[in-house]
Amino acid sequence: MASKFAGVVAALTLALAACGSGAGSAPAGSSAKPDAGATIEIGSLYEPQNLDNTAGGGQGVTEAFNGNVYEGLFRLTDQGKVENLLAESHEVSNDGLVYTFRIRKGVTFHSGKALTAADVKNSIERVIAEDSQSARKSNLKAIASVEAPDDATVVVKLSSRSISLVYNLSYVWIVNTAAKDLATGEDGTGPYTLGSWKRGSTLSLKRFPGYWGSQPANGGVVFHYFTEATALNNALLTDAVDIVTSQQSPDALGQFTGNPDYKISDGHSTTKLLLAFNDRKAPFDKPLVRKAVAAAIDDAKLLQSVWAGHGSLIGSMVPPTDPWYEDLTSLDRHDVELAKKQLAEAGYANGFRFTLDTPNYDPHPTAATFIKSELAKVGITVDINVITADEWYTKVYKNRDFAATLQEHVNDRDVVWYGDPDFYWGYDDKQVTDWVTQAEQAKTAEEQTELLKKANRKIAEDAASDWLYLYPQIVVASSKLSGYPINGLNSQFYAYGIKKG
Amino acid sequence: MAPYLLRRTAFLLGSLVAAAALLFVLLRLLPGDPANALLSVGATPEQIAAARRQIGSDLPLPEQFGSWLAGLARLDLGISFVSRLPVGPEIAARLTVTVPLTLLSFALAVAVALPVGFVAACRSGRWYGLLLNGISQLGIAVPVFWIGMLLVAVFALRLRVLPAGGFPRDDWAEPGRALTSLTLPVVTIALVMSASLIRYVRSATLDVLGSDYLRTARALGESFAGAMWRHGLRNASVPVISILGIELATTFLGAVVVESVFTLPGLGSMLVKGIAEHDYPVIQGVLVVSTFAVLVIGFAADLVQRLVDPRLRAHVGGGRP
Repeated sequence: MASKFAGVVAALTLALAACGSGAGSAPAGSSAKPDAGATIEIGSLYEPQNLDNTAGGGQGVTEAFNGNVYEGLFRLTDQGKVENLLAESHEVSNDGLVYTFRIRKGVTFHSGKALTAADVKNSIERVIAEDSQSARKSNLKAIASVEAPDDATVVVKLSSRSISLVYNLSYVWIVNTAAKDLATGEDGTGPYTLGSWKRGSTLSLKRFPGYWGSQPANGGVVFHYFTEATALNNALLTDAVDIVTSQQSPDALGQFTGNPDYKISDGHSTTKLLLAFNDRKAPFDKPLVRKAVAAAIDDAKLLQSVWAGHGSLIGSMVPPTDPWYEDLTSLDRHDVELAKKQLAEAGYANGFRFTLDTPNYDPHPTAATFIKSELAKVGITVDINVITADEWYTKVYKNRDFAATLQEHVNDRDVVWYGDPDFYWGYDDKQVTDWVTQAEQAKTAEEQTELLKKANRKIAEDAASDWLYLYPQIVVASSKLSGYPINGLNSQFYAYGIKKG
Repeated sequence: MAPYLLRRTAFLLGSLVAAAALLFVLLRLLPGDPANALLSVGATPEQIAAARRQIGSDLPLPEQFGSWLAGLARLDLGISFVSRLPVGPEIAARLTVTVPLTLLSFALAVAVALPVGFVAACRSGRWYGLLLNGISQLGIAVPVFWIGMLLVAVFALRLRVLPAGGFPRDDWAEPGRALTSLTLPVVTIALVMSASLIRYVRSATLDVLGSDYLRTARALGESFAGAMWRHGLRNASVPVISILGIELATTFLGAVVVESVFTLPGLGSMLVKGIAEHDYPVIQGVLVVSTFAVLVIGFAADLVQRLVDPRLRAHVGGGRP
């Protein structure tokens, strides 16, 4: 009897082993010269929710589709520059309220239809529509109307000047007006078309033979989605993927450092870790208290312990890829004695106690524990209150029911939130509000840059929040790969330049 | 048998509705607003209100429950809050991973546990009987994800004979590749599962070994193997079958962890994502389908038990539900 069963076991084991060795022994093709037909296997932690960026597609669909499947009138390059894409040129009226765009000729959608100005008009209107869930909707609120006087011209009229319009249009996908089912399909003008999307697993892009520009340097790409950094790194280690779009596990870097098979690129991200105070309520309504807290926390030590030498300190809200960046770390020095003095001056010589609302995912809990121990040294007691992302939205973002909170702010050019007294942190400085408003209505980019630099400096002087550090943007790739973006601005990941071999 | 089947089916449907109601209420007791999960920093109050209208979370709860139940009756599991895609077809797609994973693991675990448990019982006094018993104890104590990670470290990262995770893009178009992807997950689940199964098989066999009827059969001149085959196995299998039913259900549910470790696009990873995103229709859909599966498995185990053990059939209308 026992032997009968043993036979079954042996057979099963053999069967499993046999099919195992079959695929395992087929290594990833490694030719010496670049292979234009090669498929690039991309590993990512950000699977799209759906494929429509005006219906909550999220970060994942931006990563996979922006510039790859859909194109805007303009393109934001990996270096942070804005250049013409589907727009050939544009003119601005003297009062800055009328923008006239010339649409590129000879562009067709993946479905075969030619691109017309009507599609552009419709695409812009989709983003600003009432039911749009686009994260960029509020940036386009100055748009009063969009018209398409002929097939190659689009006229956008504004209710007030908006110097960022061109930049903001780089996020507006131009979609075929007739396209249906954008949540699971697409009809864009980019160099790739959607191959297949297997939810929870992979999304593949194929070359679009009718692309108006030059063909991609590869034969297609496949995004492999992971929910966990360890599994993602294992996939890279076993050649299941060629590149990881954004390394989120600093501990794992050791496996790739010094290994000639892999290349680690340290780019600039736009994600900032903030200790955001509720600037409306005591004790954080006093700039002196906020400055004391900022001075008491050793940001460099925190960054070192979380990211082990990657990432950077910026001292304010603006990252180096924004045009109005300035190194303001001198305004946020670590100085425990100064912190004590400032606390005494503000009337808190014996410290105080506050609750720190901490999102329950990394790196927030780590940072909270660190802040608690740093602030204990100046007599401040921190009660850490761990909450889910969802509770954060309700408690902190909507109800403003908090003393201080930790939060990562991912977007570029988001220093402008300090000009909005209604934003969750409640920073209310008339001058900063004016500068931010004037900057958006500026006539030239230089003027805009000057004004936002001033605003950035002022919020740093007031310690409107404590900017703990700027995240690193680490791309780990097989050393056979070249031509990939390393900054990943706003989660974009242009795949068409990637070469293998 | 027919009244029993009828009664059992009614009980199954009743349980399902009760479970659905419980699920619905429990989910609504969680703090937070599903509309939040759809938006990012910078969302305006109007956008949040619009999101709530779109997903219907602004409607009164009884109304939401009613429309969900009505959908269930039509086998329509609703539309995901987050992806805006129907939940039913996605669950169906994910079952093509989870069901084979569960069944293969189960088959492997049974194939290992039956002979090993049997040997461990027959040779309970010998050193290898003790060893097998010890190993199975260890298997019960070790968490399943840890075994998974260990197998990945050895077979994927070091020996490079099996993939570390993932599932072929074309599903089962090439069964060999799909099976390859499932190998480590299947072994992981089977290891943990057989560890506890071995113990049940062992104790059921020990009971039989000490029984009077076996001793009588031997006394009447039957060989040990003959007596075991004719009288022992059938008796020992009754408690084992009910455990198998529970174990199969547990495997199905335990796939959640294993699918996460191996990045398999199954029901488990769908549930985890749904919970993270407050996607009620997804959570409800996955849990209703799992509940249904567990109830059906329990039902099936009961039926098999009745087929094996005539004593259970004789007591129709007796104490058993």
